Amino acid sequence: MQELSVRHLLGIKDITPQDIQLIFETADNFKDVLNRPIKKVPSLRDITIANVFFENSTRTRLSFELAEKRLSADVINFSSSSSSVKKGETLLDTVNNILAMKVDMIVMRHSSPGAPHFLSNHINANIVNAGDGTHEHPTQALLDSFSIRERLGEVAGKKVVIVGDILHSRVALSNIFALQKLGAEVMVCGPVTLLPKHIRELGVLVELDVRKALQWCDVANVLRIQLERQQMKYFPSLREYTLYYGIDKKMLDSLDKEIVLMHPGPINRGVELSSDAADSHHSIILNQVENGVAIRMAVLYLLASKQ
Amino acid sequence: MQKRLIVNHQLLEIMVMRLCHQLIENHGNFSDSVIIGLQPRGRQVAQRLQSTLASILGTTIPTGYLDTTFHRDDFRRRETPLAANATHIDFLIEGKRVILVDDVLYTGRSVRAAMDAMISFGRPANVELLVLIDRLYSRHLPIEPTYVGRRVNSLQSQRVLVEWSGQETQEDNIWLVTKNEE
Repeated sequence: MQELSVRHLLGIKDITPQDIQLIFETADNFKDVLNRPIKKVPSLRDITIANVFFENSTRTRLSFELAEKRLSADVINFSSSSSSVKKGETLLDTVNNILAMKVDMIVMRHSSPGAPHFLSNHINANIVNAGDGTHEHPTQALLDSFSIRERLGEVAGKKVVIVGDILHSRVALSNIFALQKLGAEVMVCGPVTLLPKHIRELGVLVELDVRKALQWCDVANVLRIQLERQQMKYFPSLREYTLYYGIDKKMLDSLDKEIVLMHPGPINRGVELSSDAADSHHSIILNQVENGVAIRMAVLYLLASKQ
Repeated sequence: MQKRLIVNHQLLEIMVMRLCHQLIENHGNFSDSVIIGLQPRGRQVAQRLQSTLASILGTTIPTGYLDTTFHRDDFRRRETPLAANATHIDFLIEGKRVILVDDVLYTGRSVRAAMDAMISFGRPANVELLVLIDRLYSRHLPIEPTYVGRRVNSLQSQRVLVEWSGQETQEDNIWLVTKNEE
């Protein structure tokens, strides 16, 4: 059997299209396991995994923890708000202390881009990036592409538009890499102030009118406005943003084709997505969450065999 | 690499027929019995048993395929990860008499993993093991088959290869393969 070309999952940028296919094929099998009466396999029973979260998270942390438990790994959780980080400990010291307790893998979220890359140069354990600042969020991109593949048969040749706060989004960047590696066409759409300056150099199309973007695409991945990362005003008001970039059911119905609607969560209902659109048959938002566990099981399983 | 034919296609047909009659002797009309082939190589054996039993009894016995990859105990002791196959069991095994089927029984570790994996689908009334080839004196675990096609003595360096007619070969055959010493 093939194996992953990497020891850590730091970003989609570092992995090959073959790696992504291997993760998808393994996730297919885990999805099957998750639909059984007993949803647990003993594959990782001799492995300990630490979930190290320096930034808030609900979905990703629960999804990782569930994936780890379904694989029978031992799990420890760490969140910076209740830890010695507050007392001034460095990242490397914190992680080395965790590793001294014989931990085999680290799942880390950090607000600084590149934090997992820095860590991978200094420690031996396998690292899975669960989001580093505005940089990458590889497992989210994998589960997004996996969900597109599940709904539309394949990713290659599909047109995907990412709508919203591209500038502050790690989901957008990881998705662009993943979709391009799988052969999809990618467009980004949002207010010009929320589009990175050199985004075209990644080979993506840029559109400022959300209606035109929706008419062009097969899949729309809608992102949240990340107010917590915005240090200045990028648009006059949330109301104005909703007026120009909010997607509702009426807009979806006015298209002359069916598109698939995705959102990495958490949704700000009534801002980027109206409730009737988020709960419509276009939406695969909850399928994304379900697939997240299978994808994370596949990633952990494949990395654990590369100790 | 040397290959020695240990069971040719005529003998294999007789062997499968005999195993089917032994199964009928124990299971009667198979009202509570199911066949589960172990992926990947037990699958064809299970299919063959199902079709032969169908021709004798006139009924189709529920047959599934079980993948044991995630239950194996040699994960992380291998160079490369184990490839998983699909599990396809569309019936409950709760209270059923299960016949586990594989082509070759060697160390017994796959069968242990299979029994572990099978429990996810319910609690069977009892479990039997059917193999075409039993490699003697090679067990790592106290596991013995209920039905055996042929018992063979083999060296650790040898391998038993069961070929089914299809894309690669014309006939069903079982070979004992010896790797040349380098």
